[in-house]
Amino acid sequence: MAAPPELAEPTTTVKTEPVISVRRLWKVFGPKAERVPGSPELSALSRRELMDKTGCTAAVRGIDFDIAPGEVFVVMGLSGSGKSTLVRCLTRLIEPTAGEMVFEGEDILAADPRRLRELRRSKFSMVFQHFGLLPHRRVIDNVCYGLEIRGVRKADRLERAQEVIDLVGLGGCERSYPDQLSGGMQQRVGLARALAGDPDVLLFDEPFSALDPLIRRDMQNEVIRLHREVGKTMVFITHDLSEALKLGDRILIMRDGKAVQSGTGEELVGAPADDYVRDFVRDVPRADVLTLKWIMRPARPDDVLDGPEFGPHVVVREAVRAVLAADRPVKVVRDGELLGVVGHEEILASVAGEG
Amino acid sequence: MTALALPRVLARRPSRGVLLIAALAAFLVLWVVLRGLHTLSLGASQLTPLHHAVNDFNDALGAGRNTNPLFLYFFNEIRLVVDEFVTFVQAVIAQPAFGRPVPLIGWLGVVAIVGYVSYAVANWRVALPAAAGFAFLGLQGLWQESMDTLALTLSAVVIALLFSLPLGIWAGLSDRFNRLITPVLDFMQTMPTFVYLAPLTLIFLIGPASATIATIVYAAPPAIRFTAHGIRSAPHDTVEASESLGATRRQTLVKVLLPAAKRTIVLGINQTIMAALSMVTIAALIDAPGLGKTVVKALQTLDVGTAFNAGLAIVVMAIVLDRVTTAAGARAERARLDTRPTSTLVRRVVLIVGGALTLVAVWFSTTYLWAAEFPPDVSVGPAIAQAATTVTDWVQTNLSPVTGGIKDVVTLVLIDPLQMLLTESPWWLLAALVVAVSALIGSARAALVSAACLLLLVGTGLWADAMATLASTIVATAIVMALGVVVGVWMGRNQMVDRVLRPGLDAGQTMPAFVYLVPFLALFGASRFTAIVAAVVFAAPVAIKVVADGIRSVSPTTVEAATAAGSSTWQLITKVQLPMARHALTLATNQGLIYVLSMVVVGGLVGAGALGYDVVAGFSQAQLYGKGLAAGVAIVLLGVMLDRLTQAAARRSQ
Repeated sequence: MAAPPELAEPTTTVKTEPVISVRRLWKVFGPKAERVPGSPELSALSRRELMDKTGCTAAVRGIDFDIAPGEVFVVMGLSGSGKSTLVRCLTRLIEPTAGEMVFEGEDILAADPRRLRELRRSKFSMVFQHFGLLPHRRVIDNVCYGLEIRGVRKADRLERAQEVIDLVGLGGCERSYPDQLSGGMQQRVGLARALAGDPDVLLFDEPFSALDPLIRRDMQNEVIRLHREVGKTMVFITHDLSEALKLGDRILIMRDGKAVQSGTGEELVGAPADDYVRDFVRDVPRADVLTLKWIMRPARPDDVLDGPEFGPHVVVREAVRAVLAADRPVKVVRDGELLGVVGHEEILASVAGEG
Repeated sequence: MTALALPRVLARRPSRGVLLIAALAAFLVLWVVLRGLHTLSLGASQLTPLHHAVNDFNDALGAGRNTNPLFLYFFNEIRLVVDEFVTFVQAVIAQPAFGRPVPLIGWLGVVAIVGYVSYAVANWRVALPAAAGFAFLGLQGLWQESMDTLALTLSAVVIALLFSLPLGIWAGLSDRFNRLITPVLDFMQTMPTFVYLAPLTLIFLIGPASATIATIVYAAPPAIRFTAHGIRSAPHDTVEASESLGATRRQTLVKVLLPAAKRTIVLGINQTIMAALSMVTIAALIDAPGLGKTVVKALQTLDVGTAFNAGLAIVVMAIVLDRVTTAAGARAERARLDTRPTSTLVRRVVLIVGGALTLVAVWFSTTYLWAAEFPPDVSVGPAIAQAATTVTDWVQTNLSPVTGGIKDVVTLVLIDPLQMLLTESPWWLLAALVVAVSALIGSARAALVSAACLLLLVGTGLWADAMATLASTIVATAIVMALGVVVGVWMGRNQMVDRVLRPGLDAGQTMPAFVYLVPFLALFGASRFTAIVAAVVFAAPVAIKVVADGIRSVSPTTVEAATAAGSSTWQLITKVQLPMARHALTLATNQGLIYVLSMVVVGGLVGAGALGYDVVAGFSQAQLYGKGLAAGVAIVLLGVMLDRLTQAAARRSQ
């Protein structure tokens, strides 16, 4: 039997120094919005009540999170949950109403316009849902745009643009105009434009929602590949749970501007914080997401404990064959310590979606 | 309880339709009784104290023109600058100058430049007809007049763009400024072209400077509006993407917003040029040189042949200017799709060679007389004028039973009764009716505006003339709307018809209002009816297009559902499409009224009488100056009243 693959330790908090650290972030739209976050009474109101009472809409309500270097951090929620506002607050495309945002030790909210532009030019890049390409420029000039406004010399920026165009698989389309390309190809241009400036952090605002399912899958794989190759920190906004589970190291679920739960995919599926999340993850094929530690049970005295051994972070799907082939329960072991066992019953319940 | 009370409340309040009919009936009854009382009529040469006061004011201004500091350091300076500029442009292409017997650039040079510029901004398919069109102006024997018109138009457009493009950009970027300037532009555009002229002559005197300033005022709004609109409708995503990459406001403006708005801005420039041409021809009334003057003079002597020849020249120039600027707007689109390197190379070669040839042609035209002055012996102008006169004579002798019949029937059945109703009623009775109608079909606000406008109309001392003009306006608008609904529904329902008719309508709208007078003068002679027909032809295209677009924008699902329910075509039109397009109908009425009003005034030249005549007479006779100015104000008041009323009705229908 092949040795079970060991997965990384699941993380709920970032252990290394975070790239981005956000605390008590609020964004309220409307008249005299700034009074809402400070007032315990107003900030406790529901969205509807707040609207009736003050005429304000709270899009983001006291969000906290940390993002580790090189991590893919997914913010997921339905439309109107405030996720797009949240990602725009990170580079102050939308000015937050209250809170703290620290990027590489620097307070972003304290940055003056010039410093903010510098950050946008060199540290952050964003990919948009509807691409946001310049229709009057060719692909290569679109990719150059960020470098051009930084004042990079023409020869240098064309060279760099050609590099990223090849990186995202757009080679041959350099001279086309955006409206001559399919949606998927256009979003590759958006991706190339974001990569051209070699930013530390890539922000994706529902980049694939406007694409066909098949193309969406290609583009998701493209992002996974790019993440492997360039290793950027990524913040990814989506309303699609399967996309979140596929891409995200960690996922933050938002509802009505609030964070409902954050954690790895298996934490969300295995231990939903409330009915809202439970409802969300109901249709997820659990065996694909959960690891053995979520379905194991404590060993009983009558268990025969000489079956095959697995680590706790082996995905259920990968252990199904081994468990069913064995005539005794499979042991879940970490560092020689027996954590629990998994038998036919547990594995079947999980595959059938009941566990 | 409430459920029972509700129907009774509804039953007790008669519907607006019933109230409207009741108001009209009451008016008719009282009219019969009180007819001829308090009509406030004023003879053609009679003046009120107000008119005298304006005359005196004008005289005082004239006397103080060179001592009053406001004039000395402000108005006179503006006038001087504009005058210098216009004179310079005229010296280049139109008038003898720089100690030469001919302008700096003669006909050959101008034709070559027109062809070359047209090719540069568009393509040869536009360039050849443009050059041919300008050569034709020379053949008509109207070269110098045409160049005067062109010089004035171009001067006005250049000055107008100098400030309207920055203003448009500002309005595009700033919500506050946009809110501030929109009502101003609305007002500038709803005012009939004519009325700019009178107050401007008060300040800037009669002549090319006033004409150019009036043209600038009239032609600037489209460029401001289109520029602002183009910048505002740049895709939000793209602007945000640019910001997210760290672009400064300036970079976003120059690299994202302006390129995205380019097409719209060029369209705005096109509108500005067409408006300028239209105004320059009308400005002939305040002694602006050019083709307009030829038309006005010919109209005043009823010389249809000459008027036709000059009118044709205006049309040719309008078509050339329109085609070239429209093609310039479309070119950016097409050129970028054509990525073949050879065609760019060919184009570059043609541009260089053509440029050299153009320079040679310009040099010829400044050096040799044959290239400077259009050879008079090849003129076809007299032939055209002769042919037009012959046709007119033939029509007037042979078709007069038909044309005269139509004219008499419409005049007897529609115009006369309505005019009698309006002008022979006591002014307060009619005013009460108008206020009541405003309240019923518009809103309380519209009623207030109407009341204010009516009182001010009484104040101008031209109540009876204003009512006569109102009668013509109503008749013309009714015909425009009848045409608008019939043709508009046809176009809206039939793609083929739309494709055939729309270019004609577009062309009709770009023509200066002036030229419509000529053919109808030939057909019907000078009369109120002639002015009305010209107004209908001028106003119908816009009404037709608005109705057609309204019909087309009715949701296809609704039409499909109605068809599936077994509606006949007639039922479909009357029960689904027209009711759902009723906002478009009221909008069409609004636009139709404004266009008609601006034209019924121009019709003063061909016998429309009333306010139009007062204005025209005011320009030509010093003692009628005050009355003419008051008539201009009266037209604005009518315009504001009708505009607010129909807009209120449109809002109600939404």
